[in-house]
Amino acid sequence: MSRLRIGIDVGGTNTDAVVVDQDGNVLASTKAVTTPDPSDGIAAALKAVIEGIDKSHIKQAMLGTTHPANAIIQRKDLQQVGVLRLAAPSSLAIRPGAAWPKDLHATVIGPSAIIKGGYEYDGSEISPLDEQAVRDFAQKCKGVVNAIAVSCAFAPANYEQELRAGTIIAEELGEDYAVSLSHQVGAIGLLERENATILNASLFGVAKRVVDGFQGALLSHGLKVDSYLTQNDGTLMTAEEAIRLPILTVGSGPTNSMRGACALAKLSDALVIDVGGTSADVGILIDGFPRESSAAVEVGGVRTNFRMPDLISIGLGGGTIVRDEDGGVRVGPDSVGYRVVTEALITGGSTLTLSDISTKGDRLTGFGDASKVAGVKDATVAGALAWVDEQIQILCDRMKASRTSLPLIAVGGGSHLVPDDIPGVAGVIRPAHHSVANAFGAAIAEASGAVDRVYRYEAEGRDACLDDAKRLATEAAIRAGADADQVRITSVVEVPMSYLPGQGCRVQVKAAGPLATH
Amino acid sequence: MRELTLEDLDDMVLGATLLGAGGGGDPYIARLMVRQAMEDFGSVMIASPDELDPDGLVLTTAVIGAPTVISEKVPAGPEFVGCVTSLAAFLGKKPVAIMPIEVGGMNTLIPIAVAAEMGLPVIDADSMRRAFPQIEMTVFTLAGIPASPMSVADEKGNIVVFQTTTNQVAEKLARASVMQLGMANGISCYPMTVAQVRKFGIQGSMSYCVDLGRKLSAVQRGEVGAYDAFLEFSGGHKYFSGKVIDIDRRTTEGFAKGTLVIEHLTDPTRTMRIEIQNELLMAFEDGKPIVTTPDLICILDHENAQPITTETLAFGQRVDVIGLPCAPEWHQEGMLELVGPKAFGYDVPYTPMEGARK
Repeated sequence: MSRLRIGIDVGGTNTDAVVVDQDGNVLASTKAVTTPDPSDGIAAALKAVIEGIDKSHIKQAMLGTTHPANAIIQRKDLQQVGVLRLAAPSSLAIRPGAAWPKDLHATVIGPSAIIKGGYEYDGSEISPLDEQAVRDFAQKCKGVVNAIAVSCAFAPANYEQELRAGTIIAEELGEDYAVSLSHQVGAIGLLERENATILNASLFGVAKRVVDGFQGALLSHGLKVDSYLTQNDGTLMTAEEAIRLPILTVGSGPTNSMRGACALAKLSDALVIDVGGTSADVGILIDGFPRESSAAVEVGGVRTNFRMPDLISIGLGGGTIVRDEDGGVRVGPDSVGYRVVTEALITGGSTLTLSDISTKGDRLTGFGDASKVAGVKDATVAGALAWVDEQIQILCDRMKASRTSLPLIAVGGGSHLVPDDIPGVAGVIRPAHHSVANAFGAAIAEASGAVDRVYRYEAEGRDACLDDAKRLATEAAIRAGADADQVRITSVVEVPMSYLPGQGCRVQVKAAGPLATH
Repeated sequence: MRELTLEDLDDMVLGATLLGAGGGGDPYIARLMVRQAMEDFGSVMIASPDELDPDGLVLTTAVIGAPTVISEKVPAGPEFVGCVTSLAAFLGKKPVAIMPIEVGGMNTLIPIAVAAEMGLPVIDADSMRRAFPQIEMTVFTLAGIPASPMSVADEKGNIVVFQTTTNQVAEKLARASVMQLGMANGISCYPMTVAQVRKFGIQGSMSYCVDLGRKLSAVQRGEVGAYDAFLEFSGGHKYFSGKVIDIDRRTTEGFAKGTLVIEHLTDPTRTMRIEIQNELLMAFEDGKPIVTTPDLICILDHENAQPITTETLAFGQRVDVIGLPCAPEWHQEGMLELVGPKAFGYDVPYTPMEGARK
């Protein structure tokens, strides 16, 4: 009998769950309402989805959740953090927490210090680590805050000083004292990585409760399985790891949705459009993973350097309001949103929406009462659909990485609006089970490892440097649980650095593979 | 003199990004630095040369290094103040004002932080009013003003002060020092009097940057007539609206070089090609030069008018290509040899912008 996996996704509105077999077939799925305490929703979805499934075959459970993201956005349940930066005398011109929103700063940032330490671009030390200053800072935090975030200049290239600082803090405050080290959290860009590390440490309490709730729900159904959480990039970390690195889960929702859609369509390279009631998001998957945005990503108003899927959103959804005015047909940008189920013409309401247009234009069938749109003029329908088609084509064009045509996978409640023919797109696919694409994305997630560091090609040669980065990424993926025989390199990005001697180049490599079975 | 407000600062950041012409470094870090300096040391005054003692010493400052290194080895302060005070000590005179060399990119803002700490005004002038990759690419070089004596400093207190025979050698020596000092350093060069700034500098650069940013910010807010007002103010022209269909990057001789191809939004037979060397330097349509260095090529997001830097250019972006005429002070003998197309290796004549303000 097959080995089964459970995937659960906690979104803003719904908590979805699926049971998937080893070939990626959906055996069961459910949609429940997200509850004020999300653990209740998780427990309810889990109970519903395993109904009638032989539990002995369930080996793994994966959770994608918005808890940490919501905690930051709502400034709820965050703990205050001590902030230690190892970089002096560099970086003194910008203190930790600069440019944070005032309320978040007040909630999260406790004692902070910039002490001697850090590395230069060539790996030498800016200053040797001031160990006494680490001890003094630890004592200052004792009884004041319950976690410390440590960031060191050029830690992505060399994290010896961060590890040493972590050891010293443990000596002063005990092995169990919570410490977050920046090299585990973010990539190049000290201020952004420090911000992410601070947010990470502030989420330790939230993460512990989520993981306890998830594992508790599994155990209450007698499921003694390996449990994982999904990360921003669509890969997994163990639940134990997630307690230490909760910030890496804050962008997992859209990623799971896109990866789930792609896997349901059995594709690895495609554009994905998720059309809801209010907006449409387009992203692109390359080799099964979303392309990441190059711009800085803000979380709760704080600039970070996370790996997040590159998405473009526009106000185009099933509830988008259509107006036929003197100057022609105007679509949106406002929407009736989820109230489309009562306010659209076809559902007995009085607002002309894109769902009505889609019904009259024969794109949407089997929803509401089509006779209610008999009075809508054909010219209005043609005008609105022409706008929809043009917008979707523009979104796809902007998202594509080259002139090559890719298929477009359409998911979401408003996906009926997506036309079958789009110039520059190699066909539109509407996969089954697309309403639980998020949970499916979580269920099929793989383990991964990543490297982001500066190499000097002149010394070792480009090939040797790339090989080194690939080896490190592969090893990291295997450490994260990937099957050593199936790990593959999923992306290599080289960014040449201007003015840097020795052909300096920033190299970002990622490896991923299915979980090893054991 | 007038006080630089926090609101000015926001407009200045936007103006500086635009005047970076695709390069010049992200002003984000410099802006955080200015905010902290204002918090710690108080506000900064912008002074016109006419308001200062003509014989007073003006010292410049800027960051020199690699943008990626600066993102990791964040500015400290002493590297900038140190290079200014050491050069002042070498000259045996105290400065009356701080001046930016490069109003364009992050170097627009660094002098403000230094001025705040030193309690000096920033003089409303510079030597480029755009970003350029090398120290000698200034109107001061055209006027025969030496870049040296000059100084380069790090955050630890290591300082070199040196004298060179030409501004080209100054560039080489500065670059060599920087490689030994951590690639994120302060530089002070072109020491001169207020009278010299008045005579040879680009006048009103800082105010221009703030005003330009303010006009562009009105465009971004979608105000009626704002685009025309922005173009009229700058003497600029929108040459092309299109979609990025190819971006090819390579690094040679230390510069981030590349070629960008944009296809017209409504007429696919029209394409524009833009050549990049740290900054956007040359724009061609059908092989014909349209905008050429030292005039500025700026790429704005077609939807929200946000300036796009060369690092964030990507396939599929819908963009507007804007040409802005360079500062009128550039138009003098020697300009083309120093910063024209040939200076960057393009065998193409300089093509002054149509109808540009002189």
